[in-house]
Amino acid sequence: MVSRRDFLTLTAAAAAILGPGRAGRLAAQDRLTETELLAFKPVGNVTILHLTDLHAQLVPIWFREPSTNIGVGEVRGLPPHLTGKDFLAHFGIAPGTAQAHAFTDQDFVELARRYGKVGGIDRIATLVKAIRAERDGRTLLLDGGDAMQGSWVTLQRKGADMVAVLRALGVEAMTAHWEFTYGAERVKEIVEELGFPFLGGNVLDTEWEEPVFESTAFFERGGVKIAVIGQAFPYTPVSNPRWMIPQWSFGIREERVAQHVENARAEGAELVVLLSHNGFDVDRKLVSRVPGIDVVLTGHTHDALPQALLVGKTLVVGSGSNGKFLARLDLDVRDGEVKDYAFKLIPVFADAIRPDRETAKLIDELRAPFRAELDRVLGHTNSLLYRRGNFQGSWDDLICEALLEQRDAEIALSPGFRWGPTLLPDQPIRMEDVWAQTAMTYPQVYRIEMTGAQLKEVLEDVADNIFNTDPYYQGGGDMVRVGGMGFTIDVDQPIGRRISEMTFLKTGQPIDPARRYVVAGWASVNEGVEGPPVWELVARHIEARKVIDLPKAGRVVVKGG
Amino acid sequence: MIRSSAASRRTVIKAMGAGALAMGGVGLAAAPARADLAKAQKLLKELIGDKAPQEGKVRLEMPQIAENGQTVPLTAAVDSPMTADNYCKVIHILADGNPEAGVCSFKFTPSSGRAEFSTRMRLAQTQNVWAVAEMSDGSVWMTKTEVKVTIGGCGG
Repeated sequence: MVSRRDFLTLTAAAAAILGPGRAGRLAAQDRLTETELLAFKPVGNVTILHLTDLHAQLVPIWFREPSTNIGVGEVRGLPPHLTGKDFLAHFGIAPGTAQAHAFTDQDFVELARRYGKVGGIDRIATLVKAIRAERDGRTLLLDGGDAMQGSWVTLQRKGADMVAVLRALGVEAMTAHWEFTYGAERVKEIVEELGFPFLGGNVLDTEWEEPVFESTAFFERGGVKIAVIGQAFPYTPVSNPRWMIPQWSFGIREERVAQHVENARAEGAELVVLLSHNGFDVDRKLVSRVPGIDVVLTGHTHDALPQALLVGKTLVVGSGSNGKFLARLDLDVRDGEVKDYAFKLIPVFADAIRPDRETAKLIDELRAPFRAELDRVLGHTNSLLYRRGNFQGSWDDLICEALLEQRDAEIALSPGFRWGPTLLPDQPIRMEDVWAQTAMTYPQVYRIEMTGAQLKEVLEDVADNIFNTDPYYQGGGDMVRVGGMGFTIDVDQPIGRRISEMTFLKTGQPIDPARRYVVAGWASVNEGVEGPPVWELVARHIEARKVIDLPKAGRVVVKGG
Repeated sequence: MIRSSAASRRTVIKAMGAGALAMGGVGLAAAPARADLAKAQKLLKELIGDKAPQEGKVRLEMPQIAENGQTVPLTAAVDSPMTADNYCKVIHILADGNPEAGVCSFKFTPSSGRAEFSTRMRLAQTQNVWAVAEMSDGSVWMTKTEVKVTIGGCGG
């Protein structure tokens, strides 16, 4: 198979892929070039480019892939539930290479210093333009949502910066999730401002159950009629504040997806693409039950896979997050079916790719009014600061520490978001870095009393949203992060039985179900929550500490999986 | 048993009402003790006697995770020609985790044309909702679907 051959070439030549770099920081055998990153043996008449979960990262960042990404039930041990060495072995990637660095957490700090930052919309623009030039009239660029949240600039501009950027990139359709956290009125404005289709076939109004957004957009590329069906994050009103979008109801709505596919075929679509924010496991299940989808471009779970996964007759593509990757999928579509394909998830190594000049200028303009605030140095970190992973990242440890100290609490709770880039050790911590972990529309830090029993209920509830064996019953992000408390989790148990050995770290005693604890947390989905925005507390904490030196986490013990 | 679990639920919901519980939202999923399974089974027996319900014919559409446990949409339908000698007489909806198991019964006649309805119901916690159809030939058909009621939050 072409894709397989291409992939093997690619990995075997792992060293070659990492062609000549610019800063001279790369070993000779490991140099990166734009040409090598773009290298691709074209196939067929259609090229789909996919970006997803950009989280408003306009400029290059570091982003460490997870150490823990557990799959339960039928997907145990299957991609994307592989990390580190297992991931490298499964995909035949040599350790220490740029590919290994892009896709795993292995030797992260050392390799991050060697290969430099990733992402940057101006670099993505260069890649997109090059591929468009090569595949003139055959290329379709799609965004999977979560483009407009994750930075101070986008929060201040209510997504308008990303509207400008997506337009500049020439995105041709998108779906959404965090975009909804600007509230219904702003979303309606965004839909108008985009100038390209905002798709969400699974969103209905709560009153009449009528569609709120378009479900499908049609394109013709390389002589092929393509239907793109949009699927917004199905649990937006559960995982994020429902009060911000009170008239809109979501859900997976399998029957509706099937209907959209049928309608698209009836209108002559030769290629049906589901542009989805369902998450990887939900999409894998969906395409095993809904026939007629040729390609699903998945998002939400931030999984970056170097191959397209074949599920039945459907290709499942996971394109990572934060602008770290651009997915290219070439398809040979004839007689209404995919005859052949080739795929590459291109790591956007920022030092190897020339910034597109116009896009770089646009980004500078968008950031300029906030520059001074963004660049304000709060302190210095000796520790690697990252978030992504099923459990406790060091950024979360720092946030929880800030919550405990700044709000004089006994226990801290911080959401298991998947967004938030990485900071290497021995770096200044800037205000922009704090905002990249916290910028959102419901940042208030509450302070309340909860009993030990209630704390257990919270942990059990969130754990079931990740480790329910039926992906359709999973919602939200990774496990809630905690400060001041340790626990053991057995992911293979049902709800109510996963969490044990909850320990109050201050005393080393077990958490008492009947005792009341003072709890500080943020990102409550309730309306009318009062408290200071979390970034203020975290900034104050870092300024007070000056140097961040986090002890090794280890308060969460994981069993099973 | 039922009373005490309801009381603890009230307490927690009150804490959330204060606008503050960690991940916010309504309802709780962490205690799927199925305290009312016996009630649902008893009610089913009252409705259909000793008949053994068969699987099939009935379709029950509900969200996998409720957006709002206070008002969860449901659609129930029965595959039936709805002719004078072969039609669906009634569809019952039962909930095996609510304080009361009975939710509603919709009656049909051949002139209904279709045995299908949509409504909304409350769910006190994560539980199974049952749809039970009685046909004119005396046969009984049933399906169950699990609906999760979660605290929510942690939006990925």
